[in-house]
Amino acid sequence: MLYREAGQFKTTYAEDMAIFPIRQDRIALAILVGIAFIGVPLLATFHVWPFGSDYLLWAILLPFLILALAAIGTNILVGYCGQISLGSGAFMAIGAYSAYKLATGVHIPLASLGFAIAIPPLPVLASILLGGLMSAGVGILFGIPSLRIKGLYLAVATLAAQFFFDWAFLRLPWFTNYAPSGSVNAPELDFFGVVVRTPVERYLLCLLFVTVLAVLAKNLVRGNLGRQWMAIRDMDIAAELIGIRPLYAKLTAFAVSSFIIGVAGALWGFVYLGSWEPLAFSIERSLDLLFMVIIGGLGSIMGSFIGAAFILIVPILLNVLPTELGLPLSTQTITHLQFIIFGSLICYLLIKEPHGFARLISIGKEKLRLWPFPY
Amino acid sequence: MRAPDTNDILLEVERVVLSFGGVKALRDVSFNIRKGEIRAIIGPNGAGKTSMLNVINGFYRPNHGAITFKGRTRAKMQPFEAARGGIARTFQNVALFKGMSALDNIMAGRTLKVRRGLLWQVLRLGPALAEEVEHRRKVEEIIDFLEIETIRKVPVGRLPYGLQKRVELGRALAMEPDLLLLDEPMAGMNLEEKEDMSRFIIDVNNHYGTTIALIEHDMAVVMDLSDRVAVLDHGVKIADGTPDEVKRSQVVIDAYLGVAH
Repeated sequence: MLYREAGQFKTTYAEDMAIFPIRQDRIALAILVGIAFIGVPLLATFHVWPFGSDYLLWAILLPFLILALAAIGTNILVGYCGQISLGSGAFMAIGAYSAYKLATGVHIPLASLGFAIAIPPLPVLASILLGGLMSAGVGILFGIPSLRIKGLYLAVATLAAQFFFDWAFLRLPWFTNYAPSGSVNAPELDFFGVVVRTPVERYLLCLLFVTVLAVLAKNLVRGNLGRQWMAIRDMDIAAELIGIRPLYAKLTAFAVSSFIIGVAGALWGFVYLGSWEPLAFSIERSLDLLFMVIIGGLGSIMGSFIGAAFILIVPILLNVLPTELGLPLSTQTITHLQFIIFGSLICYLLIKEPHGFARLISIGKEKLRLWPFPY
Repeated sequence: MRAPDTNDILLEVERVVLSFGGVKALRDVSFNIRKGEIRAIIGPNGAGKTSMLNVINGFYRPNHGAITFKGRTRAKMQPFEAARGGIARTFQNVALFKGMSALDNIMAGRTLKVRRGLLWQVLRLGPALAEEVEHRRKVEEIIDFLEIETIRKVPVGRLPYGLQKRVELGRALAMEPDLLLLDEPMAGMNLEEKEDMSRFIIDVNNHYGTTIALIEHDMAVVMDLSDRVAVLDHGVKIADGTPDEVKRSQVVIDAYLGVAH
């Protein structure tokens, strides 16, 4: 009964084209943003339940935010532009390692040419953003095959990117600044004199990145470029006939998607992990991101958040719930259960609702608008 | 009653030959389209009508022959270049973007008119927002014109066939084309829907001054709507002229009804 839009009249097209044209949605979002930006940090600072320890921040909220960001990037490519990618993990790695190299100073000795390229260490913020740009560049490179090949074949091409960069970051010591263990340490997170150290600060930093990038991504997908991507996804022939250049549409999708994933990768390394090995960005990460997008909702920014939350929380719930219910399960059983639940859920969603949880929610909202009447 | 006021040639097709392997889809076809007219292309199934449209908007490349559009001759062309030149098109079996709303489909038709690039669209402020609103206003005019206000936010996959055809026409109109190619705009429609569609075609021609080339099997519609009719049969143009001339032509009657050998 509360969810009615009767009496909310729009008098301009700008109002009608707002992200949330219904007032109740705007109020709900404002509350959510308020909780995320003010409520959570306050509770966490004073260690009030459920933030008694830092577990919730470290183990759930921080990875949730960063993976949601990476899922948004994946969703732009897979959900909006329809180009299947199995290389998201590689683009996270490119973002992370580029940011690392830029933050610690780049030195390329070109002995045969008689000089060396040297870039002094850059500030952290610049490194993270440039890491994203680097990832965008590589994304464009690996997007070029998409002009010729489609579907599964393209997925294989992006898989090649995944394996190539896994190998490169593991075997080429230049990327890890010749660290003997192969793992690298993130620099101090110094943002214009403000040093980010505590979990709360890290959480706020990620929240800021995610909020800004999510809004910008939403702007893109509801603007003309987003319509070009979706047109290419839905029917590329008709898209060409209304003047959309497949080259431009596909490569911008690859670039924007890789940029967001790259920034997420840099945050994952710098803010969440602190020190990492190439294993952190393996093929499993790519698959996880793909699952998030499919479960959350292909072609939906909100779906990326839901998918990330689901993929993160289900394993944790499976760990905690059985013991709480007095049903102690072995770790092995839990891992198996996890596979069973994810696998069957993806099959179910692909068949019944290819647009994932996000579509289920919007169907629910449509029903709610009429409730308690069926129509 | 509208009449093409000039004899300006908008599109000239000269001696076009198109073959797929051994199959000759078009053999030495020449005809022209005058500015502001409604030009029909008719013929029995497999006559090469759709192939002709595909050649005109760059989808197929003819083996021989030349196409002159707005005074510029070209042999080969990418479909998006044809779109840029001002050729819009609808399909025999609707080719809409199924996952998008009717509004977004028509908005996508404005792509070529969008001036602000990626960086402005990301911000969606000031000029970029103003531009988006301006496009929306233009699109709403088309939505009003086609009387599809109530379905503007419905994903087109959920719409009935007749409305999908209308949305597709809307998407083509959003491009503000000089030449509009309609491939069987009335296929599979009932009488009422056909009358609506005929009205829209005449209005587009009158109101926006768009030149229209259409393929249609409903002879009553073709004879009522068009200024001139070209008849294809087995890839050969067998007749060309006003509807009355074509109707009386013995070759055309033979092509449609068959002749005893």
